[in-house]
Amino acid sequence: MEINLLEQIVIPIIKILFIAHLLIIGVMAMIWSERRVSGWMQDRLGPNRVGPQGLLQPIADGIKFLFKEDLIPNHVDKPLYVLAPAMLLVPAMITIAVVPFGSSITIPGLENPILLQIADINIGILFILAITSLGVYGVVIGAWASNNKYSLLGGLRSSAQMISYELTLGLAIIGVLMLSSSLSLRTIAVEQGAYPWKWNFLIHFPAFLAFTTAMFAETNRLPFDLAEAEQELVAGYHTEYSSMKFAIFFMAEYMNMIVGSAVVVTLFLGGWHFFGLENVGGEGSILAGLISFAIFFIKTGIFLFVFIWVRWTLPRFRYDQLMNFGWKFLLPVTLTSIVVTGTLWVVVKENKQLWIGIGNVVAAFIVVAIVAGMLAMDNNSKSAVQSTPAAAPLRGLDAVE
Amino acid sequence: MEFTLKTFIFYGFALMTIASALAVVTVRNIVHAAFALMVTLFGVAGLYVFLQADFLAATQVIVYVGGILVLILFGVMMTSGRLEMRIHIERGQLLLGGGISLALLMLLLTVIANTPIWKNLTDDGTQLAPTTERIGQLILNEKFLLPFEVVSVLLLVALIGAALISRKEVRD
Amino acid sequence: MLIDYLPIVFLGVFAVLFAAVNLSLTHLLGPKKPTRVKLSVYESGVQPVGDARQRFSIRFDLIAMLFIIFDIEVVFLYPWAVVFKTFAENEGSGLFILIEMLVFIGILLLGYIYAWRKGGLTWD
Repeated sequence: MEINLLEQIVIPIIKILFIAHLLIIGVMAMIWSERRVSGWMQDRLGPNRVGPQGLLQPIADGIKFLFKEDLIPNHVDKPLYVLAPAMLLVPAMITIAVVPFGSSITIPGLENPILLQIADINIGILFILAITSLGVYGVVIGAWASNNKYSLLGGLRSSAQMISYELTLGLAIIGVLMLSSSLSLRTIAVEQGAYPWKWNFLIHFPAFLAFTTAMFAETNRLPFDLAEAEQELVAGYHTEYSSMKFAIFFMAEYMNMIVGSAVVVTLFLGGWHFFGLENVGGEGSILAGLISFAIFFIKTGIFLFVFIWVRWTLPRFRYDQLMNFGWKFLLPVTLTSIVVTGTLWVVVKENKQLWIGIGNVVAAFIVVAIVAGMLAMDNNSKSAVQSTPAAAPLRGLDAVE
Repeated sequence: MEFTLKTFIFYGFALMTIASALAVVTVRNIVHAAFALMVTLFGVAGLYVFLQADFLAATQVIVYVGGILVLILFGVMMTSGRLEMRIHIERGQLLLGGGISLALLMLLLTVIANTPIWKNLTDDGTQLAPTTERIGQLILNEKFLLPFEVVSVLLLVALIGAALISRKEVRD
Repeated sequence: MLIDYLPIVFLGVFAVLFAAVNLSLTHLLGPKKPTRVKLSVYESGVQPVGDARQRFSIRFDLIAMLFIIFDIEVVFLYPWAVVFKTFAENEGSGLFILIEMLVFIGILLLGYIYAWRKGGLTWD
């Protein structure tokens, strides 16, 4: 096998360095904007002293973290304790590899156009699911190695939550895959085209909501941040961590948010396409490439804003509510979405996408109504037997007996 | 053999797999062993990629690393009191285990020797058809249709078993 | 095909290096003033009681079990979903592929309902 040094080694490395640094800067920007947007939403200022508008605050934080005492408590399992933050950070960083962040640029003299994507592999979306599932280990191993009750409880809660919502994540995309006939994220984005009414979030609206919800749960964000519910568990699985090790847990969480938003944009919101801007400067020109990248960047940014917005809007779930929501609402809704999409695609002859879009929403409403009815029946029969409903939330805490 | 970047990465994955597999059986702390098993399973997924079985590689990570090993890890963490295991092995067991291992090795070697594709599999950089589509077409043909539906029955049995275990817990 | 994966290996190396550099830098740069209290278990300032690694509810194990079962189901759905459209284009095979999957999902749905009624999905 001949390796073309320039095209297959040098250019990928340039792309990797660019995207990885963008990701790290993105984390910093997210930390800054989270604190400023929170301040704005709560009618206070937020950090505004370091640099203009407090923009240099994340850098100051980073330097501070580096110079903090790197404490390794006596009771921890040392090798796993040190490895755990890296176990969370590395998967978070690798997932970005298969996300297409723009169209392609043709440069004269090169054999192939340069794809604005680190690696366009056939099984793109499966790669993301696989690497995401590795993230559980950072949490479990970190929690166990800390040998702290809060950590262990937080880690257990978090890992059970992560694997439960991973199912929803996996099921919600199947409808999308059926209509795009490919697992490659680039193909999925190209299939959707430039017009918003052809994007997947309208065709698979319930699946889109389920996927987004599951992503919030995967990243341990409010309203699903039970793993680090401050009032109950101090800081959850990273209670015993300090200095840069603690910061790495945080960075991994923010990277997961950024990559998750990018994946949602690619799968459901048309990727780098936007109508009117699809062929500015001609197919494959540098200008068109840059514009496509800018569109992708803005879409991801808007979605990241939603993350912060939701955080200050919704209160935290209770743990039993969280598990019930995942297993009893999201799972049936996504399964129904697959069945409805398949049936309508075969049965309907014209305007397939329109009918699938309508059918999915109607079916999701019916399923939610049935499940809610069943839950109400369950609760009625249970409250007749159990006279103290207030005991329910405490059971979650009693998990470690 | 030519020593290229590809062989370098291949040996990296192979070394990772074998070293961590050895660690699984030699390390005393069972949580460390479970962690090493994760590295082994991940390494095997990497080797699948080298065999051009990309779907299998992703599935390996999703099911084994993301699911089954989490279950093992939960189980291991539940047996909290006895982390450091010192297992005394009888001579008879050692012989039996050695015999079975040797038989398995012979079986694997025969499979390797008799796989025709193996001998002339060269990666000349050409694009093969994506494996996911090929697997999809296979499970929809008459050949693997029945096994495919039987799998769902098998999963149903497992599901009922899991539900029954939980039922016991609720009653206690 | 293999060449497509090469950048991922590069990115993996980069990510590992990034984590390693950060972890070792903070180890080198930070002060080292350990005290007995600082190195003990954090339990909100109270003297730690017992070992943290105790037995926990079997529910977590059960969730992991259910997860594996449904995860395998999902994995079987991917190859089906990818070829769905090509099969659906022909009149006969479209219905066939649909019914095949409905049977597959239907059998599992039975198990799902059973697990629900038995209380396997209820977290209380």
